[in-house]
Amino acid sequence: MTPEDPSSNRFRILSPLEFWGKTCLSLVLTLGDFVRFFVAILAGLLRGMDRFGRREMLSQMFDLGTLSIPVVMLTGFFIGAVLVIEAYPQFHALGLASRLGSVTVLSVVKQIGPVLTGVMLAGRVGGAMTAELGTMRVTEQIEALRSMAADPVRTLAVPRVLACLVMTPILTVFSDILGIFGGWLIAVHVQGINNDQFWHFARVGVDIYTINTGLIKALFFGLAIGAIACYKGFRCGNGAQGVGRACTEAFVSSFIVILILNLVLALLLTNIYVMVWPNQPPIL
Amino acid sequence: MIQPTTDTLAQPIIRFADVHKRFGSLVVLDALSLDIPADRTTVIIGPSGAGKSVLLKHIVGLLQPDSGNVYFHQQRINHLSERQLEPIRKRIGFLFQMGALFDSMTVGENIAFPLRHQGIKSERNIQQVIGEKLAVVGLSGSEKKMPADLSGGQKKRVALARAIAMDPEVVLYDEPTTGLDPIRADVINELILKLKEELKVTGIVVTHDMASAFKVADQIVMLLNGKIIAQGTPQQIKTMENDDVRHFIEGRANAADLKALHRL
Repeated sequence: MTPEDPSSNRFRILSPLEFWGKTCLSLVLTLGDFVRFFVAILAGLLRGMDRFGRREMLSQMFDLGTLSIPVVMLTGFFIGAVLVIEAYPQFHALGLASRLGSVTVLSVVKQIGPVLTGVMLAGRVGGAMTAELGTMRVTEQIEALRSMAADPVRTLAVPRVLACLVMTPILTVFSDILGIFGGWLIAVHVQGINNDQFWHFARVGVDIYTINTGLIKALFFGLAIGAIACYKGFRCGNGAQGVGRACTEAFVSSFIVILILNLVLALLLTNIYVMVWPNQPPIL
Repeated sequence: MIQPTTDTLAQPIIRFADVHKRFGSLVVLDALSLDIPADRTTVIIGPSGAGKSVLLKHIVGLLQPDSGNVYFHQQRINHLSERQLEPIRKRIGFLFQMGALFDSMTVGENIAFPLRHQGIKSERNIQQVIGEKLAVVGLSGSEKKMPADLSGGQKKRVALARAIAMDPEVVLYDEPTTGLDPIRADVINELILKLKEELKVTGIVVTHDMASAFKVADQIVMLLNGKIIAQGTPQQIKTMENDDVRHFIEGRANAADLKALHRL
């Protein structure tokens, strides 16, 4: 049975039990199908790529990675700046305005940088990658690959997922740098916080583990964004409407998964920090 | 059903045995049994939605039957995994209805794809094959063009060049002449004949173009609602009395369609 049975009458009013039954069944079927697809991608990642795959990966890294750098930097800068503007009055009232350095850098590196990059990329990837793969499916290009004894997951999905996996942490670094710069600009040049104090607390508040926390998150976000975008493209419905719907679904699903992963990884990585360095507080 | 009379000398290379296929509630293939003789061209005709393209996709395992079996050289192939199907797919060329050229690659790269994928390393050999196959379809010198810059007919010819790049023993043509001008369509017909006569290629052609069907076919099979309603040589099909067959090959609307039109 498929999640969307064309024989079912779309306009029939379902009883609540029927509705929940159908919803749960469709959810379980989609999830199972996605897990199988994801396992095929992981297997493909381990098997490596052929020449065509490597070329696809480089072109995707450029399209989705390099071309995203300006927009990721711009959003990073503005969010970093706004963060300081909003936080300053509270910290100033407590007499802790000089501590804004650690708050800014910590928020940017651990949360804002990776999450913002993930969301920006989910939008771009949902729009570009899912639409491209969806169109390929609709115009029988994916079937043509299979008919030529090529594995579409290995040829198309693996290079794209790998491109997302590599580029998300790199873009996060750009977002982090501009976020910190935006925060610093407002804190030091608008709110008049001492430059040395800003950087002193920034250094104290952030260690290498914290920076890695952000980058590990970015790695998982990249994997999720790439896999979801490819899955939605490969399973896209017919016609222009099918492609449009697949793109929207890819973005919404990636966005939700990013938020869930962010929560799970924040809990996990903070607990690991406490386990490894029990005498140090996780946040200054 | 009208009694089939086919060339019994030729060995079947592909065999459908009681194949059923449905999409949701729509029955596409209904207990279909068919032998495709080797080194001959079988043309499958029938109205749109009769299950012709679905039939082709079963031969390379792009679709699996709900029940029944598909055989290639006496080997059952409908239960094979994607990886097990690879050696069979390498022996079959598939010309898709819309061409299905890879948009991100040039014409040359599209034709080279099956060669490179199958591990042919020598760039000189690859370029030679690209040149030869493009010449065959009358598009020499368009290696560097992108599919988006080609007309519908040109795309189909490039797709045909790609389908025959590996010199397959079977070529599946899904509407090879649709969208081509009559002269170019006849070139494709000649090409199908040439591949059969010179390279002993088994051809399976799905088409609505009766001129093409009568020209290239050794055997014609007519499908209607997932069932074979007529099978025979072009000459036998031409002289059949069955109404559905006559309407189709003469391109005439049937009584029900005309009645619906009169209500307008």
